[in-house]
Amino acid sequence: MPLLDMTKDIDALTMRVRCHFDAPVDRVWQLWADPRQLERWWGPPTYPATFDSHDFRAGGSVKYHMTGPDGDQPRGWWRMIAVDEPKRIELEDGFADADGKPIDGGPTTIMVATIEEAAEGGTDMVITSTFPSIENMQEMLNMGMEEGLAEALSQIDMLLAE
Amino acid sequence: MYNQMVVYLADAAVTDRIFHALADSTRRDIIARVLVGGHSVTELAANYTMSFAAVQKHVAVLHDAGLVAKERRGREQLVTVRIESVTEAAVILDAWQEIWRGRISRMDDLLAGHTSDT
Repeated sequence: MPLLDMTKDIDALTMRVRCHFDAPVDRVWQLWADPRQLERWWGPPTYPATFDSHDFRAGGSVKYHMTGPDGDQPRGWWRMIAVDEPKRIELEDGFADADGKPIDGGPTTIMVATIEEAAEGGTDMVITSTFPSIENMQEMLNMGMEEGLAEALSQIDMLLAE
Repeated sequence: MYNQMVVYLADAAVTDRIFHALADSTRRDIIARVLVGGHSVTELAANYTMSFAAVQKHVAVLHDAGLVAKERRGREQLVTVRIESVTEAAVILDAWQEIWRGRISRMDDLLAGHTSDT
């Protein structure tokens, strides 16, 4: 199981996920740097992602859309804040309109990924996501994270089953 | 904010009621729907094959756990979330973590496909 731990800081509106892969750092970096690989993990199976543009360097922008079971296509963008190959990525992730233009004042998150060689071999990756405000989080929920929510609540079932 | 959370979770009876209320997939679904906005019981019932009375019962369990409130809007009664905003933040962060749980599992599959793994 690649997942090491997940923590959240309710005060800072931040969550952190730590994971370990049996693959070298450069290989893990390619999961982000190669848009064709990104497409295979960014969206859930019900909402696969397509990356329409991918200017993967500091100051660059990335545009993507996802395709839902009913043909709906929510769009998103990344504003690349820092790209330090192969160890650190910092970006802002937000929603876009039907033309792919960022929605003014729409909900966004700041995401930081750090990738480093693990002492025991393989690669450790840490993802940190921060929401700017509780209002922003609620808006994010309105714009479509029901799937994550349903999964989060279903974890309670697993806890009860243990 | 932390203190509120600690006090909230320290009340074991409250936690038990919440866990019981959420231990049912229909009730979780109702919560997910009303988190996005208030719904009348009639609107909620339209989403399920069970009877209106059965949906009403599920709403009552959520209401007893303090997870939803009933608000009058005109002639309708709307079911809305009543959990503290601090709890709401926790639920949303959990949801975000679940999205990442899925992503990491897909990353792992992708990496395994490129190395010779079992």
